[in-house]
Amino acid sequence: MANPLKSLTPLGHDKPITEIIGAVTIIENVGTALASLASRRGREAEVAGAAQTAGIPLPGPGRSQAAATYSAIWLGPEQWMIEAPFATHEDISAILKPIFGEAASITEQTDAWVRFDLTAADLPALFERLCNYDLGRAGVGAATRTVIDHLGCYVVRRSDVEVSIIGPRSSAHSLHHALTTAAKSAF
Amino acid sequence: MIINHPLLGPRDSQEFVYLGDAALIHRPDGMAEGALDKFIDYTYLRDNPAGTHRELWYHEQGDRSWLVVTRNTVTHEITAVELARDVARTEGRSK
Repeated sequence: MANPLKSLTPLGHDKPITEIIGAVTIIENVGTALASLASRRGREAEVAGAAQTAGIPLPGPGRSQAAATYSAIWLGPEQWMIEAPFATHEDISAILKPIFGEAASITEQTDAWVRFDLTAADLPALFERLCNYDLGRAGVGAATRTVIDHLGCYVVRRSDVEVSIIGPRSSAHSLHHALTTAAKSAF
Repeated sequence: MIINHPLLGPRDSQEFVYLGDAALIHRPDGMAEGALDKFIDYTYLRDNPAGTHRELWYHEQGDRSWLVVTRNTVTHEITAVELARDVARTEGRSK
C-alpha cells in the first residue's frame, strides 16, 4: 500500500517553490538534511580528528565550508551546523553520532528550518534591504546568523551569485514574504 | 553603535542584548562563610560610573556568545571587547 502520509514543504505545498522576481531567483530547497554539532568540553581535538577522517569540514568563525558529501556552517565557538544531502542522509544525526561518539553533542535539525536559495547577479543590493549583515564585504564562504525581518536566520554565501538563507520553518511564510518584498523593491 | 565582536568582527549593536555590569561574572560561593552579605552586595550593589564601564553583552541574534565590553558611558566609545568565556577562564574559572 502506498504511504498515505505525504510530507509538505515548509511553505505547505507538495512541491518546493521556485520563483523568479526580476533578477532574483528564489528556490525553496528541501534537499538538505541538517544536524548541529557541538564539541564537549576538553574533547575539541578528538572532534576535529573524527571530522577530518569522516570528511566533514569544520570551518572557523563566520565561515562555511563544503566537502564531497558534507558541508558545515560555523554557529559559535566549537559549534557547527552540518549539512548533507537529504536523499542519502535523511537520518543524519544517527549517521553522525557513531562518527563522534561521546566527544560531541549532535542534534537533529532538518525539520526546524526552511532553506531558501537566492540567486542574483547583485546580491548585496538585495541584502542591504534585508539585514544588517554586510554581504558586500563578506566573500564567498562567509556564513553568519543575523536578523531578517525580526527572524534569526543563517546567511550562507555559497558563491558570488548564490546565497542560502536558513530560517525558522514555523515562520517560513513570513520569511518568504520578506524575501519577495525585498526582491521586488531591489530590482 | 557597532560592537567589534572578537570572532566575527564589527556587528551592529541591534544584534546584541545588554545585561549589565560585568561584575556579575563574580557570583559568590553560596556555601561559603558570610555568603548572605556577599549575595546582598552581588544582587543589589552596582557601581554606576560616568566613564569607563565593563559590561556584559549577549550576541542574541548572532553566535549567542557572551561578551565583556569596555564602554565609556559618557561617549559610548568602546575600547575593548572580549569573550566572557575567556575572561572567566583567565580568572581561573569554568576550566
